[in-house]
Amino acid sequence: MIPELGQVALALALCLALAQGLLGLLGAARGEAVWMAATRSAARGQFVFVAIAFACLTASFVSNDFTVAYVATNSNSALPLHYRVAGVWGGHEGSMLLWVLMLSVWTFGVTLFSRHLPQEMVARVLGVMGLVSVGFLLFILFTSNPFVRLFPAPPDGRDLNPLLQDPGMVMHPPMLYMGYVGFSIAFAFAVAALLSGRLDAAWARWSRPWTTAAWCFLTVGIALGSGWAYYELGWGGWWFWDPVENASFMPWLIGTGLIHSLAVTEKRGAFRSWTVLLAILAFALSLLGTFLVRSGVLTSVHAFATDPTRGIFILALLVIVIGGSLLLYVWRAPKIGLGGDFEPLSRETLLLANNVIFSAAAGSVLLGTLYPLALDATGLGKLSVGPPYFEIVFTVLMTPALVLMGIGPLARWKKASLPDLASRLRWALAAAVIAALALPFAMGRWGALVALGLLLAAWVAASGFVQLYEKVRNAAGGASAWARLQSVPRATYGMLLAHFGVAVFVVGVTLVKGYESEKDVRMEPGDTVELGGYTFRFDGVRDVQGPNYVAGRAQIAVTRNGSLVTTLYPEKRIYRVQNQPMTEAAIDTGFTRDLYVSLGDAVSDTAWLVRVHHKPFIDWIWGGCLLMALGGALAASDRRYRLAARRPQEQYAAAAAR
Amino acid sequence: MTRFAIPIAVFVALVALLGVGLKLDPREVPSPLIGKPAPHFELPQLHETSKTFTERDMLGKVWVLNVWASWCVSCREEHPVLLDLAASGAVPVYGLNYKDKREDGLAWLKGMGDPYELSIYDFDGRVGIDYGVYGVPETYVIDKAGVIRYKRIGPLTPQIVKEKVLPLVRELERA
Repeated sequence: MIPELGQVALALALCLALAQGLLGLLGAARGEAVWMAATRSAARGQFVFVAIAFACLTASFVSNDFTVAYVATNSNSALPLHYRVAGVWGGHEGSMLLWVLMLSVWTFGVTLFSRHLPQEMVARVLGVMGLVSVGFLLFILFTSNPFVRLFPAPPDGRDLNPLLQDPGMVMHPPMLYMGYVGFSIAFAFAVAALLSGRLDAAWARWSRPWTTAAWCFLTVGIALGSGWAYYELGWGGWWFWDPVENASFMPWLIGTGLIHSLAVTEKRGAFRSWTVLLAILAFALSLLGTFLVRSGVLTSVHAFATDPTRGIFILALLVIVIGGSLLLYVWRAPKIGLGGDFEPLSRETLLLANNVIFSAAAGSVLLGTLYPLALDATGLGKLSVGPPYFEIVFTVLMTPALVLMGIGPLARWKKASLPDLASRLRWALAAAVIAALALPFAMGRWGALVALGLLLAAWVAASGFVQLYEKVRNAAGGASAWARLQSVPRATYGMLLAHFGVAVFVVGVTLVKGYESEKDVRMEPGDTVELGGYTFRFDGVRDVQGPNYVAGRAQIAVTRNGSLVTTLYPEKRIYRVQNQPMTEAAIDTGFTRDLYVSLGDAVSDTAWLVRVHHKPFIDWIWGGCLLMALGGALAASDRRYRLAARRPQEQYAAAAAR
Repeated sequence: MTRFAIPIAVFVALVALLGVGLKLDPREVPSPLIGKPAPHFELPQLHETSKTFTERDMLGKVWVLNVWASWCVSCREEHPVLLDLAASGAVPVYGLNYKDKREDGLAWLKGMGDPYELSIYDFDGRVGIDYGVYGVPETYVIDKAGVIRYKRIGPLTPQIVKEKVLPLVRELERA
């Protein structure tokens, strides 16, 4: 009964989404106030019904209803409750339902926080989002229905993929999808602006907090996925340039460009066609990511059961949504006009370089991801593009980006002066050079790439402090330092924090790449191995029972200079239902290093293969990502966006008249 | 203004590529087993564990080996196709019951119908390793000399049976 209820709820959500799309777009086009007002109610109704459908699927998982084919494929009665709930998005059908749920959550958010926007704008934005939702609901109902029943029901389920039975994996898809789908708001604003022909500062201001919020979720989602790969796959790597990772990274790169481009459009009215294009592309790449993962055109560790009709459906959706909006762009963009002009050296120029670099980076990832497919399609063979390509491209592209990142926030709009910038930044440059020369020696070995990485990280961080110092010095708000600190806008702090996060991230990547070490050894109980100044002693393996697996758990004592640092318990698990072995690495996390131990196969009754890693500063990688996301959250919550909301109508009119 | 049309041009090229990509199957990695003799096994039969069956019993005949399990959801989807294939009498179908409990396997055949001449019982999946099984169901077509001529990973569909399996079987029968 409950699955059927979910099915009906989905069908009703489809009707409401259709109403939302048509009422919103037609109402705005024809100036029908009643239609436009109804758009908001339809959007809220859609949210309620999608939420009901999602709740029904969750209930089927919780109650172990194996008459539902999707539950039977992705759950088992021995699976602990929290993983049964996470199992809802453990497979294709449920992931798509989660996608639509996220879309309706964002839509609901727009209906709540859009009172101050002109009715026409809200109606168009909701209309566009409604049509996107129609596409995905049709996709679910016709090709990926999670509520299909299975007769006769199997006695028990096939269990959730053991790789997904992990707390990081529980949170990774929702965060990632919040990010992916969040870009639909920037997209909807861009399309609404193209339709109305009003691409102005007000439009940029409205879509900024939404875009930044989506970007924060995407950042956290990608970081979670990377962290999960690090501790769950047991190889000690944190990024593999897998097609699916790339699929999430491309929207992130374009989204980063978009956030910066929006700043220029809001502050100076320039880069409008850039901003619109990036908004369309960010969502286009989110959809492309969905296509790549769901259609099976590329193989990947993330591969789900695939079905060609699904691929065709998503491709058609891609053509309609993205092709349509790009055509609209061709038609409207020439009329957008340019914003304020600027000199060759100005903050605008530096941000333009930012747009170009991030677009180029996204383009290279796209190229590397699709190159094997292009070769296969033209009959030239099957191959895959590996990390070396991506690593070279990113070192080359991101080096100038990081250099400019230290300068951009200090440069004046319209026209900056090189001697002035040089004198303001000389201490930052000196600090960076000293750090690059000295710090590698502190780590024990000097290397050119390590020095380059540290130079860039120190440069970004030091110039961040210069920026903070100047902001505080120039801030109004009375004599006391505290009052001045408070008068600096929250968005500025957000920017500084996010940029500082980039520096932290770069330190992490540089030091891990430069100084990590690992050993694969065969160990008998009592054997020891030395790595990175630590001694690892293998104390044997004993059997343990989990709820749905059996495991061999090793005990490994780690000592440094004779005193015990920690005891690690890596496991080799066999998940009973799927008969799948899993490596559960044991990690001792630290501020300056991780000790990482994973258990290989037993080579005799007592001897095991053991892999030990010493990973200096690896947690700075994720720490940096979290700082970036936190900075984004601070910026998105700046009260400017709310204050500006009070007189939007006049502002809008004024901006349009300009 | 043509420069505003660049994005849509790139997009059209991308869609064309993805459209072609959909027709290709990245999983269709040529199996190293094709053209090689079927790996040797001798396993107990599912219904009568006292009797064994080996691929050598089938020398001189064209036959189909299908790997299945009661826990496999895709096998449910495939099952009617196998029943039709067996009923057509075009080729004998043998089952390899893979990593399953014997009672579950027997109950499954009883409930869903049994398309197999007989099934062999591979509890610990050892024969599966020799055959490179990495997803259930899988299907092999083996010729009169005991050489694997075709391998399908994933469920058979009526279309695949009609367009690939049956023509190949007819051709091998003539040889």
